Amino acid sequence: MTIAPAEYDFRAARRQLEAKPKSAGEKLVSLADAAARVPDGATLAIGGILYSRTPLALLREILRRRPKGLTLARNLMCYEGEWYMVAGAAKKLVTAWMGIGLPWGLSRIMREYVESGRVPIEEWSHLGLGLRFRAAAMGLPFLPTMTMLGSDLMGVGGSKTIACPYTGETLHAVPALFPDVGLLHVQRADRFGNCQIDGYPHMDADIAFASQTVLVTAEEIVPEEEIRRRPDRTVIPGFAVDALVHVPWGSYPHECYGLYDSEPGHFGEYVAGIQAQGAEGVARYLERYVYAPPTHGDYLALFPEGMREAAAERGKELCS
Amino acid sequence: MSTGFEGVSSNELLAVMGARELADNQTVFTGVGAPMMASVLAQRLHAPRLTMVIEGGIVGPMWRPGWLPISTNEMRAAYHAQMLPGITDAFLLAQRGFLDVGFIGGAQIDQWGNLNTSAIGGYDRPKVRLPGSGGANDIISLCRAVIILTVHEKRRFIPKVDFITSPGHVAGGDSRARSGLLFGGVRRVVTTLGLFDFEPESRRMRLEAVHPGVTVEQVRDHTPFDLLTVERVATTQPPTANELGILRSLDPERQFIG
Repeated sequence: MTIAPAEYDFRAARRQLEAKPKSAGEKLVSLADAAARVPDGATLAIGGILYSRTPLALLREILRRRPKGLTLARNLMCYEGEWYMVAGAAKKLVTAWMGIGLPWGLSRIMREYVESGRVPIEEWSHLGLGLRFRAAAMGLPFLPTMTMLGSDLMGVGGSKTIACPYTGETLHAVPALFPDVGLLHVQRADRFGNCQIDGYPHMDADIAFASQTVLVTAEEIVPEEEIRRRPDRTVIPGFAVDALVHVPWGSYPHECYGLYDSEPGHFGEYVAGIQAQGAEGVARYLERYVYAPPTHGDYLALFPEGMREAAAERGKELCS
Repeated sequence: MSTGFEGVSSNELLAVMGARELADNQTVFTGVGAPMMASVLAQRLHAPRLTMVIEGGIVGPMWRPGWLPISTNEMRAAYHAQMLPGITDAFLLAQRGFLDVGFIGGAQIDQWGNLNTSAIGGYDRPKVRLPGSGGANDIISLCRAVIILTVHEKRRFIPKVDFITSPGHVAGGDSRARSGLLFGGVRRVVTTLGLFDFEPESRRMRLEAVHPGVTVEQVRDHTPFDLLTVERVATTQPPTANELGILRSLDPERQFIG
């Protein structure tokens, strides 16, 4: 059993949120200022899923601060989990699945770190972890579900069952997860942090409502009137957002629905580095793509010319 | 991997046999790989009104030939979808009972249809740490009838899995229902050697049919547990040129069919 009572302490989470200003004011800050809001030892919930709408610019900027003792929670953990393991920043990963995808095989870094006991994985089913965020987003300590019952996953985090007070049936009481910080990347927001997401919404709104501090990067900062013209598209209200950063290509080389496609070729190069050099391959990647480039613009300039334009064309075609 | 059919890959055979399990006007919760190929093949053949639900939060996509998704969470998987409800809500559709069929791919599987995709050789300090459940646990727990598609290899079929990531019939009998999983369950296992159901009392895997050219003995040789068989083991119909032709036109670069 690895869950701690603080993760589902809905009273403490509620008190903390009540004490926080629900500001309708400006949220725009720099990437560095946003990353500085992540204290060592924090539990981070990462939005997007796998290689879709991952807040990669934020994840890179946080790593540049050489953090320690972080718990990373993400339903399908892509290689950002490997980065934080190799950088010595991760204490624990909370996930339903870790890897990049079938063509890239098992994560060798995950194997190395978990099998040696250096960084544990706390495993939930996909819906199980989704309901942990949903319960917290609803301000409750747990939610009932049937999923995970009958499986050995019930024993991993320390899940409990309850007898339904109406029917008497056995249900899985999934404990809430109130993360310290939620990291999200969205297509557009106004300067007050009202966020709109195009395409699949993943779990981002639940993560925003569950987390004590919410950091958002947006592809585009639009005038307030544009949000007010299409309020039905807004999924996270400004008062739930603590810091907002304007970061075009903020997920790249992961995809951002409607704007740009992912870069499987880049993933292949990353994995080839691991196949050749193990964890050292990741360390070299981090040096080149995370620590060396001083700004997000410098980072983008590391990708060959024309690559992003092609990704944008594919992105448009896939959503037409 | 090749099969008993000349020029037919394992994934092609699984996709063809899997597609035949699906009917028109059904809903199917499908994963990537062979399940996805089977679903999209069924749509092009006998089930044009088959609705796919994908764990990335995608309902009713119509995938584009040559642009099949690598993951369940990317724009190719959402191509021409009818709805993008979010991941948690997509799974909750299954919990409510909207999903006729759950379609999942290969893993370590035991005689009760339990799957292990978490760890081999102990859980906390395993010999091999595997990727984890993903949505497989939820699909197998919540869909009405689950069909597992897998390559039939000795190392995948074992008497009892080290760790139940995704519960089939758990310890057999009524143990699945007693754990609280009141609905659904694994109905069939489709492998590269044949088709299996579960004997109604013990809920142990039972050979129903072999693919043409495969003998019951061969299946036993590749199945390291006491394999039940139906009284008259049937023989499946071989993949047709039409089925294979459609599959190959969907995946011209053979990225998924191998």
